Amino acid sequence: MATQSAASSDFIKNLGRMYGMYTGGFLAFVIFLAILEQVGVPNRILGYLFVFFTLAVYAIIGIASRTAQVSEYYVAGRRVPAFYNGMATGADWMSAASFVGMAGTLFLAGYDGIAWVLGWTGGYVLVSILVGPYLRKFGAYTVPDFMAFRFGGNFTRFLAVIVLVACSFTYVTAQVYGTGIIASRFLGMDFTIAVYVGLAGILVCSMLGGMRAVTWTQIAQYIVLIVAYLTPIVILSTKKYGFPVPELTYGQAIADITAREQEMLKTGLATAAALKPHIEPFVTYTPLNFFGIIFCMMVGTASLPHILMRYFTTPSVREARQSVAWSLFFIFLLYFSAPAYAAFSKLEVYTNIIGSNVNAIKPWLFTWGELGLIKICGQNAASLDAVAAACKAVAGHPGVVRLQDFVINTDVIVLSTPEIAGLPYVISGLVAAGGLAAALSTADGLLLAIANALSHDIYYKMLDPNAPTVRRLLVARILLVVVAVGAAYTASTKPSDILAMVGWAFSLAMAGNFPALVMGIWWKRATSAGAVFGIIAGFGLCLFYLVVTRYFPGMGVKYFGMTSLLNPVTGAPLVDIAKAMALPNAMDSFPTLAHPLANKVGWFNLNNINCGLLGMPLGFLVIYVVSLITREPSAEMQAYIDEIRKPRGKTILEEKI
Amino acid sequence: MQKNSDEIHWARTRSLMFAHLFVWFIFGYVVHMFVVPLNKIIIPVLNFPLGFYMAAQGSLIVFVVMLFVFAKQQDRIDREHGVAEDD
Repeated sequence: MATQSAASSDFIKNLGRMYGMYTGGFLAFVIFLAILEQVGVPNRILGYLFVFFTLAVYAIIGIASRTAQVSEYYVAGRRVPAFYNGMATGADWMSAASFVGMAGTLFLAGYDGIAWVLGWTGGYVLVSILVGPYLRKFGAYTVPDFMAFRFGGNFTRFLAVIVLVACSFTYVTAQVYGTGIIASRFLGMDFTIAVYVGLAGILVCSMLGGMRAVTWTQIAQYIVLIVAYLTPIVILSTKKYGFPVPELTYGQAIADITAREQEMLKTGLATAAALKPHIEPFVTYTPLNFFGIIFCMMVGTASLPHILMRYFTTPSVREARQSVAWSLFFIFLLYFSAPAYAAFSKLEVYTNIIGSNVNAIKPWLFTWGELGLIKICGQNAASLDAVAAACKAVAGHPGVVRLQDFVINTDVIVLSTPEIAGLPYVISGLVAAGGLAAALSTADGLLLAIANALSHDIYYKMLDPNAPTVRRLLVARILLVVVAVGAAYTASTKPSDILAMVGWAFSLAMAGNFPALVMGIWWKRATSAGAVFGIIAGFGLCLFYLVVTRYFPGMGVKYFGMTSLLNPVTGAPLVDIAKAMALPNAMDSFPTLAHPLANKVGWFNLNNINCGLLGMPLGFLVIYVVSLITREPSAEMQAYIDEIRKPRGKTILEEKI
Repeated sequence: MQKNSDEIHWARTRSLMFAHLFVWFIFGYVVHMFVVPLNKIIIPVLNFPLGFYMAAQGSLIVFVVMLFVFAKQQDRIDREHGVAEDD
């Protein structure tokens, strides 16, 4: 690249040393805090040090890489090496849902939870072979850029922006929510305030330097999050089985859990109804929903704009492909550890908490109980007295904690495992810093995707094509703040749990983007009209299913023939529809999750997380049929598609700097 | 002549795509449909039930390896048809 100066290539060469020193510095910092803990510095102070030190580092990197160049702002100058782009994508990808939510779901759902692990890794195969490298060759700044060019016209661009904003906004809300949980627990702040504090950290990185700043911070965040995730389970694995590779030893942990499950059933510590055997498949999701989640998460991966745009930053198409492989490798490091995390955590809970005397509950539990995230005997476990009183009120309670007495929120498992296992507090702080890094890095990427689409696609391409560079970037930054505050506001209302919100984002992206992207690259005959109708039909159906089942369930039953979802084990309906419809609140709009029908009705027993399963096939079908009855794309367009398919040569969209 | 080479390039790219999609489908879905019988097999030493292991680790390893292999294979196809980028 002609614009690349000697200074910047030096910068690329020194990356390894810089991030090596950074990693060393971070480890030294953790050891330093461990020493502080030993000499008696209180936990609250350690929590603050962890959070503020890491935030400060991200902010410094963000400020140091600020930029006023368009191509630096949107695609980091297209010179991020494959290996580092892979690491940045890893952080971009692994969100609060992966770090905080996933192991929790594996803990509660056992085998069925693995659907998320499979779905969130296998999707990269589709990114690499079907979509990513071709978009890199095309040379877009945003996904709507490609849609607008391939399917001629600003209306397609506008539709693509709607899809992008819908899925990214849903997704970013989940991240901000995750930041709020961590900050409120470890900094003792009110949840609503914590949400806005997290937001400030996010904005510093993404606002000043756009893609360039986000890239270099995300690499720093990846290092923090992977160290934080692996440390507790490496310690637990060494303690329990004398071997520091938890991914290999947790097979034994699973065997121990299974043995303990039998023992709990025999001694009356658990009832068969409350116990979900850890390795038994299809007790949480029906096979349809299990494979549906895998499929939707995989295809959603290959459709999410904030992930696809990471591959716009590599120097070449070849590196884009290698970069996808590196991304998955870095993601894999965390994902193949998540089931180990869940297993070790579950074994600790089953041995340390279940069966212990109600009066002997460890005090760390109460900090979670106060937040309403751990319940014992049906009440928030806020203090020893509260627990004792709650259990006394249960008829025939034996005075020891039974499995059915103990309810833990999925979002708490990872954050509380160090405490459950009795590890030093510094490990808890480390895990919190890791969770924060995961949530912040993903939120950065998502906010950038939204702001770029609004400033580049809507403002520059549609409203004011003559806007000077400075003003475009100014608009991008203002929009970034507006979107971020909107997301924080939505998160502060606690719409659902992290995993479900993220699942919706994937299904929406899949239904809206995937058919048009794949057909646009792989089928020359796909026409503009086909894409327009395909996006509207596919995305529309998915959105309809999601909104009706969540926010208008009564109408879904009454007007759209929806029925109750079924229990995967017994096959019985989750709700008695006739009874629920007779209740006065049956036809409520926008009910809370407590509404008897919300999220519990649907067609074909299909969970609304899987709404992409309805939308995507329809999208493909409509694009195919409408394309065949409309006129073939021009010879010029077909020649462009040939160009996209060959790595060599110039990008189709010339960069204007 | 040029056009012909481009056509072969695309045909080979396409069959590589289908080959990888096939492997992806096997390890993403088919294997896990047999989780119940596979769980009867316990991996020696590590003590994992095989069905559980395939979902939690086996398929993931296959995906990672696949992507590095794919990057290599596609690059070779590009080079052989003269459409690869300069190093």
